[in-house]
Amino acid sequence: MSTSTPTLTVEDLKIIGVPSMAAIIDELSVEVRPGEILGVVGESGSGKTTLGLALLNYCKEGTRVNGGSVSVGEKDLAGLNWRQVRELRGRTVAYIPQSPASALNPALRIRTQLTECLAGSSAAGLARVREVLREVALPDDDAFLARYPHQLSGGQQQRIAIAMAFTARPALIVMDEPTTGLDVSTQEHVLETVRSMCRTYDCAAVYISHDMAVVAELADRIAVMYSGRIVEIGSTADVLASPAHPYTARLLLAVPDLEAKRPMVGIPGNAPSPLARPAGCAFAPRCPLADDGCTVAPPGVTDVGERHSVRCFKADEALPPIHAQHSRARSGRDGAARPVVQISGLKAGYGDNTVLANIDLSVYAGDCLALLGESGSGKTTLSRCIAGLHHNFTGGLLLDGVPLAASSFKRTKEERRRIQYIFQNPYESLNPRRTVEELILQPVTAVRGRVRNSREIVATALERASLRPDHAQRYPDQLSGGERQRVAIARALATEPDVLVCDEITSALDVSVQSSLVDLLRRLQADMGLTLLFITHNLALVRNIAQQVAVLEQGRIVEFGDVAQVFADPQHDYTRALMRATPNFQLPGRLSTAPGEPQAETDASGRGLRVRAL
Amino acid sequence: MVAQTKTTAETASSGRPTTENRKRTGGMRRLLLRRSMFGLFTLWVVSLVVFLATQALPGDAAQAILGREATPERLAALRAQLHLGGSLPEQYISWLGHLVTFDLGNSLAGGKPVVQVIAPMLLNSGVLMLGSAVIAIPLAIVIGTWSALKKDTVVDHVTGVVTLVLASLPEFVVGVLLVLLLATGFLHLFPAVFVLIPGEQVWSNPAQLVLPVLTLVLAVSPYIIRIMRATTLEVLESQYVQQARLKGLPERTVIWRHAIPNAIGPVAQVVALQLAWLIGGVVIVEYLFRFPGIGFQLIDAVTNRDLPVVQILVMAIALFYVVVNLLADVVTLAANPKVRTAQ
Repeated sequence: MSTSTPTLTVEDLKIIGVPSMAAIIDELSVEVRPGEILGVVGESGSGKTTLGLALLNYCKEGTRVNGGSVSVGEKDLAGLNWRQVRELRGRTVAYIPQSPASALNPALRIRTQLTECLAGSSAAGLARVREVLREVALPDDDAFLARYPHQLSGGQQQRIAIAMAFTARPALIVMDEPTTGLDVSTQEHVLETVRSMCRTYDCAAVYISHDMAVVAELADRIAVMYSGRIVEIGSTADVLASPAHPYTARLLLAVPDLEAKRPMVGIPGNAPSPLARPAGCAFAPRCPLADDGCTVAPPGVTDVGERHSVRCFKADEALPPIHAQHSRARSGRDGAARPVVQISGLKAGYGDNTVLANIDLSVYAGDCLALLGESGSGKTTLSRCIAGLHHNFTGGLLLDGVPLAASSFKRTKEERRRIQYIFQNPYESLNPRRTVEELILQPVTAVRGRVRNSREIVATALERASLRPDHAQRYPDQLSGGERQRVAIARALATEPDVLVCDEITSALDVSVQSSLVDLLRRLQADMGLTLLFITHNLALVRNIAQQVAVLEQGRIVEFGDVAQVFADPQHDYTRALMRATPNFQLPGRLSTAPGEPQAETDASGRGLRVRAL
Repeated sequence: MVAQTKTTAETASSGRPTTENRKRTGGMRRLLLRRSMFGLFTLWVVSLVVFLATQALPGDAAQAILGREATPERLAALRAQLHLGGSLPEQYISWLGHLVTFDLGNSLAGGKPVVQVIAPMLLNSGVLMLGSAVIAIPLAIVIGTWSALKKDTVVDHVTGVVTLVLASLPEFVVGVLLVLLLATGFLHLFPAVFVLIPGEQVWSNPAQLVLPVLTLVLAVSPYIIRIMRATTLEVLESQYVQQARLKGLPERTVIWRHAIPNAIGPVAQVVALQLAWLIGGVVIVEYLFRFPGIGFQLIDAVTNRDLPVVQILVMAIALFYVVVNLLADVVTLAANPKVRTAQ
């Protein structure tokens, strides 16, 4: 990189919540040079978005800057008046939002929303808009410009948002999780677009994401945020090869490996809320290296390499071995394999719209079958058919060879007990007015009537889902996202089901939490002999949890087989395209699994893999 | 640049909008047609109810109207006028036939044709309601938006309290208070009752209109203000408004171009409900101010057991209800491209 003046300089920035006065961001310093892409990584609640918005001199309601400075080019943002702030936004610093579906105004045409980014004559503006549209590989004709956001696909919407940001040729672009919620292939296009646009305009960029794999592909430098501070920052190569902060190391290990060569390990515990941050290092309660010295005062910045620094007292110490099951998922299938769920010639749809056609599928007892597909492929519809939630289908659906009624209302209690469903979003699937205990008992009383040993059932279910007994009296809003999803799992397990349908259950959660959940499901599968139907769009997850995979494309199964086989030698073009589009996140250098690793394949007792930073 | 192959694919798909445009207007028209049909159906149900409640009730309608001392000749004449002969379905069909052909017979009270009795009343009430709506709706939308923009300031709190008080007071109380305040007690600015000099129109003396209009405005506005404030707040917190601000647009553009059009859709439904309510409220307000409109006429007709007039007025009110709701649908559709372009 050149040593020209940085495009962005943040010094000692502090942003606090009002009226709590709790620091959301503290002691944050960072600089980004022209043409450089800085990836900002962290779990939810780490202050990433607050930082991103502060770069546009924008504070969300209930927050304000309480110290430090943000400068773009030569300008210190704090010294700007309202008119200058307006001129800064969009012209000098542009913002690409997380979800274009909600950030594009539904009532305005694309043309209006793009041209308003530019001051001056509308004719020249329109010419510029067409130019940018071509650059993001969208049509530039009038008919396209006359469309409303809802007439575009998700990928097109995101490209509009990118075009919107680049229209005024800004010096700095802030991107807040722009690919979260997009399919892998769309994500790939978007990332490619971002990369080429930044290169074309020599524009500095801040890319905020919780997905280490994406950041590793895109960014020149990575800043890892934890609890409002940057705990490690350095070039992408340095951070990946030799993470100096234990949190960075654990975050890297939490990313599922597409080749399943190393285990996928979550980070135990939760990030502290800004209101209850520990006195010392915020990561200390979750850190395997922490000692008493870590809890006194927050660590200062230590340089560990060229433009690579860390906030940790133990930066030079190696991580202790992490006990983790090997990620090569193992089937609980016994010798005499029999299909639990059998589907033949299933056809389903909504109204006249056919979503699924000619589905033939068998799920064997003790297996985990992954349904892999992009949004709109019909994977959720298929799982809803199996669970009896979607009854507008024709074709055969057998449970242990016995035909199942289409609607769950017409199924026997026993049949309903045996198939349980876990929903995608734990923030919506738990009734906020019920305690965890009541939530867990609901399906039990529904299929078995009033039970005597209710406490016992709740305790067992909580234990199986790795929750504490005292969680029973909590309400969902007192739980973190990961804990909520565990409650949903406990609820599903309470009826002792045979088949567990997991519908994208990790997609709303952080990577570190995702790893712990996958680990939990794998253990349950082995211990209880559960049969899992795991619906996901994430290939790396499939590799790490399932034995069998069915790839769905537009309502048809285009490929089916053993996971190892499909991943080693995909037969269908669509599967190959999906695999190409997925970032293959490999950890170079120091952080790797211990030598002689995949012993877990033969050793189910799980001696645990040594994961260490040398 | 970015992969050019994609561009061709996208361009090919962008050929669609022309056909889409055609479908789009068709979709909107079909939707409105469906709503209109539903409105007609509603009217038909109302007609059934009106007919059953007034004419088909057990007992003799003619007897009920004329009272116990009626002579047999007069009863027979009335029965003939009300088409009380024949079976119920026959009666209903002939009644409905007269209704839709505006052949409504004569008022029982004055003997004049019903159409002549109610036409001026409809016009007068129309003037009253139109005046109130034209003042109340824009005013309420502006105040509601303003209150939302000034959230948690004195302005907002005062608006909140005042609208809540007004919304909880029945309109006749508001009317009486206004009379006390502006006509008889405190100030003597406007006349307390409406006096229509024969040969003049209701709007000939605008000062007389002030208090009835003001009462209706105060009765209708609070709900619209509150809902406008709520939806505007919601819209202001949306991501697209945040994005508009992050684009560096002037606040004026953010509000008028990005926020208001998205807030107006749900408000239109409330406005329609309030307008529909207006025609009910007008009955009381007209009676209070002795304003010669349909409300006044309706009460009069009920007192005089003037069945044809009651029937036609109730149907007119129902028609108004249906039309206002249809208009609200049109506004909601126009404000929401998603519905507008649905096929």
